[in-house]
Amino acid sequence: MSRIPLPYNPKVLELFKNPKNLGKMEDATVVAVAGNPSCGDMITFYLKINDQDVIEKASFESYGCAANIATSSIVTEMIKGMKLEDAWKISWKAVAEEVGGLPSVKFHCGILAVGALKRAIKKYYKNKGVSPGWLQEELSFEEKQALEEEELAKVLAKRMKLEEEK
Amino acid sequence: MVENVKELLRAHEGIKREVYLDIENSSVVPQEVIDAMLPYYNKRAYGNPTLTHKPGWEAFETIMESAQKIANFLGCKTLEEINFTPGETEANNLALMGTLFSMRNKGRKIVISEIESISILHVTEMLQKYGFTTNKVPVDSEGFVNLEKLKETVDKETALVSLSAVNHEIGTIQLIKEALEIVKDKNAETLFHTDASDAYGKIPFNVQHYDVDLATISSYKILGPRGIGALYVKEGVNVEKILEGQIGTQKLWPGVENTPLIVGFSKASELAFENFEENVAHMQNLRDKLINGIVGKIPDVKLNGPKGGKRASDNVNISFLRCEGEALTIELSLSGVYVSSGSACTRRLLQPSHVLVAIGRKFDEAHGSILMKVTRYHTEEDINYVLDVLPRAVERIRGITGATGVE
Repeated sequence: MSRIPLPYNPKVLELFKNPKNLGKMEDATVVAVAGNPSCGDMITFYLKINDQDVIEKASFESYGCAANIATSSIVTEMIKGMKLEDAWKISWKAVAEEVGGLPSVKFHCGILAVGALKRAIKKYYKNKGVSPGWLQEELSFEEKQALEEEELAKVLAKRMKLEEEK
Repeated sequence: MVENVKELLRAHEGIKREVYLDIENSSVVPQEVIDAMLPYYNKRAYGNPTLTHKPGWEAFETIMESAQKIANFLGCKTLEEINFTPGETEANNLALMGTLFSMRNKGRKIVISEIESISILHVTEMLQKYGFTTNKVPVDSEGFVNLEKLKETVDKETALVSLSAVNHEIGTIQLIKEALEIVKDKNAETLFHTDASDAYGKIPFNVQHYDVDLATISSYKILGPRGIGALYVKEGVNVEKILEGQIGTQKLWPGVENTPLIVGFSKASELAFENFEENVAHMQNLRDKLINGIVGKIPDVKLNGPKGGKRASDNVNISFLRCEGEALTIELSLSGVYVSSGSACTRRLLQPSHVLVAIGRKFDEAHGSILMKVTRYHTEEDINYVLDVLPRAVERIRGITGATGVE
């Protein structure tokens, strides 16, 4: 339960102060979430995708720290105008780099953001009923990590309930 | 990394007002205290108090007179009951380890509450590796120790009970006298330690009245310098040293005494205790103004800890729902309001404050908690400024949260 210094870089601070593409999108083609408020970390992505499978618009909402807000915001910037196939290839490391680097304890914020993006892409194709060859069926690293965090939240909630009953 | 911090600091340029409310984690030292300390670095009493020359004897005199003042404020019988340490962490380590080492043939069990500070919790975890066992007694939704459970838990094997007099995060004024009577009834040999760092100078606290065996006090929590604290050890109670080295005036802590810090601690105590009732009333007034202002102005908030007379005079701890705490501390900092959060985001694990979880707060409520402590130096204008800045800050962070996580 020790604390860690968090010398956020200027880009993270700027995105925290003035997040780009913030807010719910009414005409979104697909909406995906990752994380859980119990872990202090949750992201929603709204994507507007056209017939050519290109992301026309992207926006986000997030419950989390400055790194969580900054990485979510930068992902929406990175994927704007991108083909889904290219968006799928974005790694959490690329996201971390794009925000000028993250403190190591905040890597999971970048991972969660990419996890949410990959979920959105999968959900879009599932809704559409097609499965392009490049889209891997098994969970990617980032999706697995997001799932793990959500499972942890459930375990913690269960443990708390048990303690209450004691 | 340092470059990043320089940028973060530049982002604060042009701040209109600064209100520092993070007394939990460090203090702003009043000029009077610094002025009292400065001569002891190079004008007088700069010698080692165990040596036979004038600067040494001056240091001896200074340390004893400072200890006597603190002993008086704390209600000690003799000044020998005050043992200076480098802080609350060290005093708590000494209290637990030193007592258990000396009591090891009588009992190997420690009883604490679920909401003790890290320097108690982690020491008990470490001691488990060496054959000591720890029992944690639960607390209620306001942080009061379950005295029935305490009674059940203490037995012949219990060497030590440690319960903080005032909880550092939620300000609960523990029923120490009642707890101590229960403990001593069950086992007269069990020693009773209290971390009084958040009680000393903030609520009426007197070691003879409470009749505790050991008590920790801390300098910075009463606006003295960091790096100094003390462990009260009642006359006749045996505590072993936990560090070895050159022993001087402090029989439980080796090394060269830090005379200026001891003077600073003593001066800070004097300032806290002169006009004590007035100071406490002032803090209570600002505390309630802050709590009522927040609860009145901002929807979906929860006060953590008890209200009124059951709460320490300086403590404000509030959970803001749908508002992550670390983000809120940064947003407030950019407006010159400095606070801390029980969010997991500034910690190595994903778990938030164990104190808030122990009183039954949900994890997301704990992640959105803000801890503030007022001092006698804060003014109504300071609190008005916080009440002006805070609603806007919460609104902006909640705007980022949007519908995320809302079920």
